[in-house]
Amino acid sequence: MDIVELSRLQFAATALYHFLFVPLTLGLSILLGIMETVYVMTGKAIWKQLVQFWGVLFGINFAMGVATGITMEFQFGTNWAYYSHYVGDVFGAPLAIEGLMAFFLEATFVGLFFFAWDRLSKIQHLMATWLLALGTNLSALWILIANGWMQYPVGARFNADTMRMEVTDFMAVLFNPVAQAKFVHTVSAGYVCGSVFVLAISAMYLLQGRYKEFAKRSMTVAASFGLASALSVVVLGDESGYTAGQNQKMKIAAIEAMWDTEPAPASFTLFGLPDLAAHKTNYEIKVPWVLGLIATRSSDQVVPGIDQLVDQAKGHIANGVLAYRTLQQVRAHPKDAALRTELDAHVGDLGYGLLLKRFRPDIENATADDIAKAAASTIPDVPVLFWSFRFMVGIGFWFIALFAVAFWFSAKRQLDRYRSFLWAAVLTFPLPWVAIELGWIVAEYGRQPWAVVGVLPTALGVSSTSASNVLFSLLGFVIFYSALLVADIYLLQKFIRLGPQETIELPEDAT
Amino acid sequence: MSEYEILRLIWWALLGILLIGFAVMDGFDLGTAALLPFVGRTDTERRIVINTVGPVWEGNQVWFILGGGAIFAAWPMLYAASFSGFYLAMILVLATLILRPAGFKFRSKLENTRWRTFWDWALFAGGIVPATVFGVAFGNLFEGVPFGFDGDMRMHSTISLLGLLNPFALLCGLVSLSMIVFHGASWLNYKASGMVKMRASAAMLYAGIAFVVLFTLAGMWLGQIDGYQIVGAMAHDGPSNPLLKTVTRVPHGWFANVSAHPALLLTLFAAYGGVVLAVLLRRFPGYAMLCSALVPAGTIATAGAALFPFLMPSSSEPGASLTVWDASSSSLTLAIMLGCVVLMLPVVIAYTTIVYRVMRGPVKASDVEDSHSAY
Repeated sequence: MDIVELSRLQFAATALYHFLFVPLTLGLSILLGIMETVYVMTGKAIWKQLVQFWGVLFGINFAMGVATGITMEFQFGTNWAYYSHYVGDVFGAPLAIEGLMAFFLEATFVGLFFFAWDRLSKIQHLMATWLLALGTNLSALWILIANGWMQYPVGARFNADTMRMEVTDFMAVLFNPVAQAKFVHTVSAGYVCGSVFVLAISAMYLLQGRYKEFAKRSMTVAASFGLASALSVVVLGDESGYTAGQNQKMKIAAIEAMWDTEPAPASFTLFGLPDLAAHKTNYEIKVPWVLGLIATRSSDQVVPGIDQLVDQAKGHIANGVLAYRTLQQVRAHPKDAALRTELDAHVGDLGYGLLLKRFRPDIENATADDIAKAAASTIPDVPVLFWSFRFMVGIGFWFIALFAVAFWFSAKRQLDRYRSFLWAAVLTFPLPWVAIELGWIVAEYGRQPWAVVGVLPTALGVSSTSASNVLFSLLGFVIFYSALLVADIYLLQKFIRLGPQETIELPEDAT
Repeated sequence: MSEYEILRLIWWALLGILLIGFAVMDGFDLGTAALLPFVGRTDTERRIVINTVGPVWEGNQVWFILGGGAIFAAWPMLYAASFSGFYLAMILVLATLILRPAGFKFRSKLENTRWRTFWDWALFAGGIVPATVFGVAFGNLFEGVPFGFDGDMRMHSTISLLGLLNPFALLCGLVSLSMIVFHGASWLNYKASGMVKMRASAAMLYAGIAFVVLFTLAGMWLGQIDGYQIVGAMAHDGPSNPLLKTVTRVPHGWFANVSAHPALLLTLFAAYGGVVLAVLLRRFPGYAMLCSALVPAGTIATAGAALFPFLMPSSSEPGASLTVWDASSSSLTLAIMLGCVVLMLPVVIAYTTIVYRVMRGPVKASDVEDSHSAY
């Protein structure tokens, strides 16, 4: 494997590991805030015990989120040095603001959350808990503003003197519609994750006949918060689809395995087997109109197919070659205003021209054949996207159903009545993580071959370090993270099994 | 001075302030971890050591994360060149830092002795490795590292891990380690109790002496290293392209700034004075702690003042060295980020102060033995 593949593998592995812990932190922090609010309002000790017990599990998970997050902040520099140079002027800012506004908040108040029960008043401690929750959610906002810019790079332009992208409109970067949609979708997914975590563990206690009061109260909170969040994930997941339709047409065409443009409104393919060689999808089962409505919010706009998008890419690439050629002249004659005007005319497609670098270093001499190859390389991995998306959405609908039932039983005070429901809740435990990791794959693997869509191909973003170095660090991270994950899961299951009684040393009559 | 030049100067100062923030705030808990196996002999003593930083280390570590983010935003070429150039060293730092959150959180969750001993040494590694490697990295900046850029501004370099581990850089690594251990000992002298506090007080003396000797040696050695100097006039508000200047090496070059501006010696006095005062004031641990914070502050300021305007000199292609004048973000990004720092950093400092006030007072054996939430 070359350095590009190794670097991508390392980024994917470390991001996927990191994302095992972050969604649970997002969801549990809010659930802790809700439970502690109930404690402060009712004054009932059991609610404080709920906060402390779920807090222990939160803490173990939080530590893993912090540990794996350190790598993410520095990996752009270690492994994606050219990317860091090329877009750091834009991309670095939200990362720095994330540290200033969000990480300090969550990391400072997490200390008070655990250590200051006896040093703060009830209200003060409640504020600390909510500030912790606010911090975790703000960090999701800023990292998704950064990620949203990679998906839809607004508010920036290429500067020939510095050979990089530079900010022209910071407000456009902040209020990027893709970032907004991603933020709501991602935090909602985190809330679902936290709610399933609480629901499933509580259901297990009810099945075992332990900690009944504890478990029922936990389930009531998880059911209502989980239902709202599960609806939000799907509804606002649709919002992600809509914006992808505007600026990441290729991603949505690949998710649909839609090789040819269909007459509007396009149908949604429920099932099919994408055939990569023949550019067609076999055994399709289609639902008419749905895709067109989701992706364009209209019944008359066309959703372009993969083959048409590849044709369009050829035009962009040819224009990108002109941009690259002119850029070389501008750099040789920096004072020539006419050359700069000419560059401005083509520079929007410079990123497409750079796609050719994978096929020949001297891209200014690219042939029609090279351009065709580069255009074909804009097709992401169709079967992986097609199936990841369908499993993610299927799991999302299952969450809505499960939480709706849980909500109904909790309203009727029958949470411990049906063992089949409790078993369903327990067995749902791993599904949020499956859906979330699949969501990452759809969003980021589906962004390929781009690091920043239309601006910088992933393959060019890597550092100039040696492949053996990256192989070494990749293996190191995998072994290291796996060992930590084993310790993490061991501790979590130990405290879950012990239950609140022993974990937080309750008085004997507490439950 | 143009606006762009002023912004670059401010961001150079902010880079120093953030590094000092990291070394002062995260420094004492790295130093605490480095001392853990030595000042804590029994399990309860070790838990006292860990719980002195338990409620605050996570917030402190954000200074490191913020440092990375701010360098990315304000000095993207420095971020790219340093972290990819020092690849294996940085991976080593990351690996040991990753052990810390797990070490703090997981260690006391099980009663098993081998489990606890393992995490004690993991925390120890998480303390000494970053403290030493950052010093080694600074040492290499003074010597210059072999890198350059092609026409697309893609970096090429022949930096190797063994090349980084040269005698002068290793000496700088020891300076950094002794500085962090000194500051950590001062923290334990302030925050711990019983035998741990007494051992920490003794450790302050040894680490203080080591720092003074090593820092002096490094300073004398620095005089033997050729410094870097920009040849001729260079626009201070030009585009961030490090290939437009000429740089030469001059004997005693790193002392040029302090020769021109003797007031810079104050940074040196701060480092030495911080050690002396902190050691003398050990019986007044709060004041000693404030004085020991001067040590990392003075040391980093001394190094930064000597290097200015260089950020990362290149030994193989000196003209490609990264400087304050040609490695920054655009003026718009620098201005926006300055606004963010001015608005948000005071708020951060305010609530951090509140947290330290809430958690004030020494950590005693009874605090860790009677609590289910203590680490």
